[in-house]
Amino acid sequence: MGELAAEKHVQYILSVEKRKDDLISVAMEHLRMNGAYWGLTTLDLLGKLETVDVDEVVSWVMECQHESGGYGGNIGHDPHILYTLSAVQILALFDKLNVLDVEKVTNYIAQLQNQDGSFSGDIWGEVDTRFSYIALCCLSILHRLDKINVEKAVSYIVSCKNLDGGFGSTPGGESHAGQIFCCVGALAITGSLHHIDKDLLGWWLCERQVKSGGLNGRPEKLPDDFPILNIQD
Amino acid sequence: MHGRPRKDPKPEDAAASVAKAEKLRSLQSQFLSNHHKKIYTNEALEVSAKLLEVNPEYYTAWNFRKLAVEHRLSQSDSDPDSIKSIFSEELKVVESALKQNFKSYGAWHHRKWVLSKGHSSIDHEMRLLDRYQKLDPRNFHAWDYRRFVAALMNRSEVDELRYTTDMINSNFSNYSAWHNRSILLSNLLQRKVQGFFPKEVVLNEEYELVHQAIFTDPDDQSGWFYYLWLLDQTVKADAPLLVSSWPARDSNLIILEDQCLDDCALSPFNTFHSDSGTFPLIVYFNQAVEGVNSSTISVESVLNANSELTWKPLSTNNSPAAQVWVTYLNYPKVDVHSEAYPVEVSIGHSGGIISSSGFHYSHPSRFAFKVFARPVKTPIGHGGDIISWQDGNFALYETSPEEPNPTISLDQLNIKDDNEKTSSEWRAETIANEIALFQELLSEISCKIGKLTLARLLKARDLLLSPCANKMVYSEEVINLYSDLRTLDPPHSQFYKDEHSLTLLQQITSTRESLLRYCFLHGDGTSSFIGNSMCLRLNNLSLSRMGSIERLLWVQMLDLSHNELRSIEGLEAMQLLSCLNLSNNKLCGFTALGPLRLLKSLKVLDISCNQIGSHSIDTTRYLCSSPLCHTEEIDWGRDETVTGDVNLANYWEAFVIFRGLSLTQLDIVGNAVADEKLKSFLVKIVPTLKWLDGGELH
Repeated sequence: MGELAAEKHVQYILSVEKRKDDLISVAMEHLRMNGAYWGLTTLDLLGKLETVDVDEVVSWVMECQHESGGYGGNIGHDPHILYTLSAVQILALFDKLNVLDVEKVTNYIAQLQNQDGSFSGDIWGEVDTRFSYIALCCLSILHRLDKINVEKAVSYIVSCKNLDGGFGSTPGGESHAGQIFCCVGALAITGSLHHIDKDLLGWWLCERQVKSGGLNGRPEKLPDDFPILNIQD
Repeated sequence: MHGRPRKDPKPEDAAASVAKAEKLRSLQSQFLSNHHKKIYTNEALEVSAKLLEVNPEYYTAWNFRKLAVEHRLSQSDSDPDSIKSIFSEELKVVESALKQNFKSYGAWHHRKWVLSKGHSSIDHEMRLLDRYQKLDPRNFHAWDYRRFVAALMNRSEVDELRYTTDMINSNFSNYSAWHNRSILLSNLLQRKVQGFFPKEVVLNEEYELVHQAIFTDPDDQSGWFYYLWLLDQTVKADAPLLVSSWPARDSNLIILEDQCLDDCALSPFNTFHSDSGTFPLIVYFNQAVEGVNSSTISVESVLNANSELTWKPLSTNNSPAAQVWVTYLNYPKVDVHSEAYPVEVSIGHSGGIISSSGFHYSHPSRFAFKVFARPVKTPIGHGGDIISWQDGNFALYETSPEEPNPTISLDQLNIKDDNEKTSSEWRAETIANEIALFQELLSEISCKIGKLTLARLLKARDLLLSPCANKMVYSEEVINLYSDLRTLDPPHSQFYKDEHSLTLLQQITSTRESLLRYCFLHGDGTSSFIGNSMCLRLNNLSLSRMGSIERLLWVQMLDLSHNELRSIEGLEAMQLLSCLNLSNNKLCGFTALGPLRLLKSLKVLDISCNQIGSHSIDTTRYLCSSPLCHTEEIDWGRDETVTGDVNLANYWEAFVIFRGLSLTQLDIVGNAVADEKLKSFLVKIVPTLKWLDGGELH
């Protein structure tokens, strides 16, 4: 087995950060906040977080914040829970959570919780268990889980549990490894993993590995280069 | 982009790409400008429509369109035609966006938003869905949208079920269709909708359907997962049931405060050493339940007033629900051999015990046992001598025929009414048929999921029959299947190993004869085996996990050394455990010892030669209560004083596990984490400790 070409990965990420004008970058500029998180986390894992200009990144992140407290995917874009988590995660990576108005961010997220415990992505009301995970993860980082109804959040996620042990985006939604990561993560953060049938789900997840060694997201689909992480043994 | 190899662009393509990028950029800036200035003119709408056509992931544009709609609605004069045209325009924009990317979350949500405003041509939506689902029957956005529309137009679940039948018949390999079928059918069965009751008839039809899928293409997973669900529907008991207890039904429990046993007639299976003045009463259910308290379980005896009893759930993560619950009863101090103190336990006579899935405990049942106390001659000293686990200290236990059977189960307690009887007959028959079918299938092809399914069927069969037969007829075959599977399917060998361990333990604990082979008396190595120290020795069995614990509640001394245990889940139920040997296993972290925190009687623990501290990733961390999952608070400030100069943050896992235990003997050598610092830390937080790694402490 070869070694990870760490230096090359670092160079690649730094080059992507600078590249803003090619077609793909322009087409994806609305999710730059996510991309930044993924890139910076990778650098951190490789021990190279210091190769970026912290102040530049932090001030860009803060420029993406709205009056509502939420963050957009880039400057001028509307706030959404997806980018709010990425923003908080980036600041946490740099140990700069102190620049946040924690109350403001917390309120933004708390207001997105619905009566049934689910979370909307933004004021326009799309509901998805991904957003439940995002809310719980974000508030966990900020130590503000007490600002939402955790019990209801958990019971909503449990209502999305399927008969193959997996989880979908909404009640009745098909199990999908990405959704499962979010739901299992949310249940782990809230100490609620006992709701999962570990054997059943574990088996389903293991079946995602196909002969080539890659992982697919659902049964009878092609393997994807989207690594499916999950917190299970 | 999935599935497409990366290539360097050709120069002409590169130039075109730059031009496209510039165009897109200017479109996006123009859009943002309109959005921030709240401009909702036709031109502005055009810009956003163009943008969404090429880049439907640009979510702010969808927000803009919603704002524009609201703006235009407030301006228009409620003229139904103009309202209609506003919405139609939106739907067109969605359709063109979906052409670009029919998995766009933003596009689908916008459509739902429009529809929820009341403008709906439902037939049109269904036709659209048909088109999309023909293009890609696995598109979960389409299925989700379908569910949304069906709810909006109150389409019956029966009709939707028919739709899944059509989809499945046209292509068996449609996991999405099978999944939706399972949801719809669950709902219809649960609500006992006309035509879907009794469930046996419905399930028989489903078996027919899924057989076709499986036998057409045994390698396709879709049918198999559905089959697993069907099997679960067939076999599972919805309502919680009491599975076992300690003391066991009809047993005569003798409480000994003595160390010295002069009465050979006493059986180790129903004696209990205690010097605390109380003994546990343990109830073990077939699934996690809540609501166990002195109103829902009544314990009648002269030893305690029922109302005083508090029941505790044995959950490792502070959850209010658990499969096993315990309370403590007093026992009398006597001067002479006591008479029997009868205890009667009634459960289910008043409602309140409810499973995590919402089913009530509904079978009122009773069981009784008797308690005898013995006078104290030589009180048990604190700490006592060091316990050695060496082979020479054990002798196989010789039993007598009059001995109570430790493997008795409580299934007979569960009264079956007529409905239940036909149900269980149907169950047995269905499983038998399926077993025959799969044995035939597997004689022709060697198919991994087929073998696994057969193993599951055989286990189900044994479980259904077990109350009466108390013997595992198929366990050999099941064990062989799992061994086959480990060779056939190496990536999943850990799972098969776990299943193998569970089956082996079921086999061992299924009859008195088989269990007794593992029961040994423990002594100090001299010829006399004093006392009642019976040890269950389950070492060297390649166990990767524990099971059948409902049959092992009586165990006080347990040797699980030289196995492959990564976790000891379930062990928290063994409330009588005072000596436990887990050495030479594969425990990777202190968090894996979580269940031990609930074993208040544990005095002697050997975790030497494991892998604690060898791995940077602790895979059991989130399975136990801890500060990381917000279910455990460590008061870092206050607890510092207890631990002195040691940085608590370095050893919080050990702290959480060991602080509540009153261990007298601990062995920890042979773990990467066990250095002098840790050992002195442990000595500080476990003040009762007398022996550490074989050395006496002072």
